[in-house]
Amino acid sequence: MEGQHPTMESSTAPALPDDAAVGPIIVEGSESLAEMDPLRIARVGEGHTLLQVRGLKKHFPIIGGLLKRQIGTVYAVDGVDFDVNAGETFSLVGESGCGKTTLGRSVLRLIEPTAGTITFAGRDITKISHDELRPLRRKMQIIFQDPFGSLNPRMPVSDIIGEGLFAQGMKDRKARDKKVEDSLELVGLRREYTRRYPHEFSGGQRQRIGIARALALGPDIVVCDEPVSALDVSIQSQVLNLLLDLRRDLNLTYIFISHNLSVVQYFSDRVGVMYLGKIAELGSVEQLYKDPRHPYTVALLSAIPDPNPRRRKKRLVLKGDVPSPAAPPKGCRFHTRCWLREKLGNPERCVTEEPQLRDFGGGHQTACHYAEQISAESVSAAVETQSALETAVADAE
Amino acid sequence: MTEIITAPTALGSPPPDDVLLEVRDLRTYFHVLDGTVPAVDGVSYSLKRGKSLGIVGESGSGKSVSALTMMRLLDIPPAEIVSGEIWFDGREILSLPMDKFRAVRGNDMAMIFQEPLTSLNPVFTIGDQIAEQVERHKKVSRKAAWDRAIESLQLVGIPSPERRVKQYPHEMSGGMRQRVMIAMALSCEPKLLIADEPTTALDVTIQAQILELLKTIQDRTDSALLLITHDLGVVAEMVDNVIVMYAGQVVEQGSVDEVLVNPRAPYTMGLLESIPTVDKRGGRLSAIKGTVPNPFNMPPACRFEPRCPYAWNLCHETTPDLYKAGSGGQLARCHLHTAAGAARLPAAVEDHERKMNVGEGIA
Repeated sequence: MEGQHPTMESSTAPALPDDAAVGPIIVEGSESLAEMDPLRIARVGEGHTLLQVRGLKKHFPIIGGLLKRQIGTVYAVDGVDFDVNAGETFSLVGESGCGKTTLGRSVLRLIEPTAGTITFAGRDITKISHDELRPLRRKMQIIFQDPFGSLNPRMPVSDIIGEGLFAQGMKDRKARDKKVEDSLELVGLRREYTRRYPHEFSGGQRQRIGIARALALGPDIVVCDEPVSALDVSIQSQVLNLLLDLRRDLNLTYIFISHNLSVVQYFSDRVGVMYLGKIAELGSVEQLYKDPRHPYTVALLSAIPDPNPRRRKKRLVLKGDVPSPAAPPKGCRFHTRCWLREKLGNPERCVTEEPQLRDFGGGHQTACHYAEQISAESVSAAVETQSALETAVADAE
Repeated sequence: MTEIITAPTALGSPPPDDVLLEVRDLRTYFHVLDGTVPAVDGVSYSLKRGKSLGIVGESGSGKSVSALTMMRLLDIPPAEIVSGEIWFDGREILSLPMDKFRAVRGNDMAMIFQEPLTSLNPVFTIGDQIAEQVERHKKVSRKAAWDRAIESLQLVGIPSPERRVKQYPHEMSGGMRQRVMIAMALSCEPKLLIADEPTTALDVTIQAQILELLKTIQDRTDSALLLITHDLGVVAEMVDNVIVMYAGQVVEQGSVDEVLVNPRAPYTMGLLESIPTVDKRGGRLSAIKGTVPNPFNMPPACRFEPRCPYAWNLCHETTPDLYKAGSGGQLARCHLHTAAGAARLPAAVEDHERKMNVGEGIA
């Protein structure tokens, strides 16, 4: 009926045509971008450690009670070490609440870490002041998950992208507008779009604007926080291709945060699997996907639904839910849901002693006391004995 | 494949007895300020008793609207059921008076929604919510309805159901709430279970739990399952047959083995090509160019034509039907499967197979 509010928002919004699927990216554009930027600092050579994180912790207080005192702590990130090499894509995977987003933001100091050190391009940035941090900010950017919430609906694209340039000292309006247009072109959008507002774009296009905003400053490292999870499959691949092209053309390093293991496998070089604020397993994509050594990684991989019905498999289903990060289990944090522990007759060690990351060669590290017990046979034996109806236990009492 | 009956058997007469659900030429339009949105535009399918059917499509394809029409949960207006029949268990349910239909909905036909937090009432205990439904449909005492609620919680694997039944939705985790939704849907032993994106809001390991649970329940209760999802992986594991929707129409249908292994509609091909898999690692994902068409301004003939890599002038001029594709019961809405397109078909199939194995090297 006339005058009624549209019921199907996604299909009634006048979507603009997406510019050609993501053709090859214009490299001249990116070079001129680099030349134009007087603030750009020489790149760190490929293969070097660009970012080093040691013992990083972020604890959030829980405030409550009558006197508004701290009544608890959320151990969102609880002692994490990893390195990111220049030019690679390092992924963090895990379920909601495992601390992957908090970790990604702490690394950029968008959230102040509670403890630990972050070294970026050889410089310890954990304790430096915000004034000292500002010039480094342009080398460390972030792309957010939600293409709807992360763009200010009252700003035209020129301001959304130009704001960061302004803050970084590009005060000349003309130069800034030129740069904004260059960035739009870089992500496959038309230069004329600068005067439009976010609502005039489709989800995929908004995510491109988010990418353009991150890249306008010529960063070295970009944290991509679930950049495609809000998008439809056909649009997802357009954005993933764009990110791959940009990495190649602009020499970028990515920290890619995702819960989607298929995307991570396709997209990254090395992966860290997180569980309740800790890294459970760390290694190259080949090591992790072909030879997982942590029972949690095994279960995660087993849970991916495969679109090929001929590869249909019985999966290993974990029991219960992820425990609260405000009260992580003692010892190994995974022991409450661990199928391997159950199979080994519930050894006490998993409850009393916290496993540390152990090296299995070639940078493949696992935090499990019994990682050696994992084999194709032990996994299939565990699959055979499980029951779908008994999987909800664990969180009961 | 005989599960899918395509040509609507003469409108107005019931389908054979073994067919639980038959949708015939359903058209649901939304009349909004800017014009009319043909959200579901001539959709037909059927589902036999005890079998499972998946409906896949991206947002805006009309997959949820077709289920909401069936459950008569749409506001009319702005929605209008322009044409079509839905036969369920021997009766045409779109023409049933609402009070008669209420005896069917929630009883013989139950739905699991995507978002378990918003679909449960926060101010009633879950026992109240399940028992209310049982009391109403099965005309039993309050006590018997509560016992039934506890029983259905047990059926979905919720531990200590006697205690859980007195809890409120906010006291439970997301996975547990989705189990409650399933328990509620099962409490009246429905003949058809409609699950609209039942695991989309859940984490991977919880998704695995819920999918396994749905499978076990379907085996045990003989209820038919209509699964609506955007995830081709979920479809591959859960159902026998699948229909693929695009811009309000069915573009392909068949068994999962046919459709997901040898897709014959260019849209299905493109979807499968764009999913990152092991085989594609290292290569470029092949993306479907452009975006879904503006519903106020649909392409004149084939709705996928502007995005289709195999389109030629016929696709712009003549609207394609669902044609037989492949040897089984597979159907695809594409001119490639007519005499006019037969010469182009092998090249398209070859191109698709190449795109499915792009890995190694190009990166």
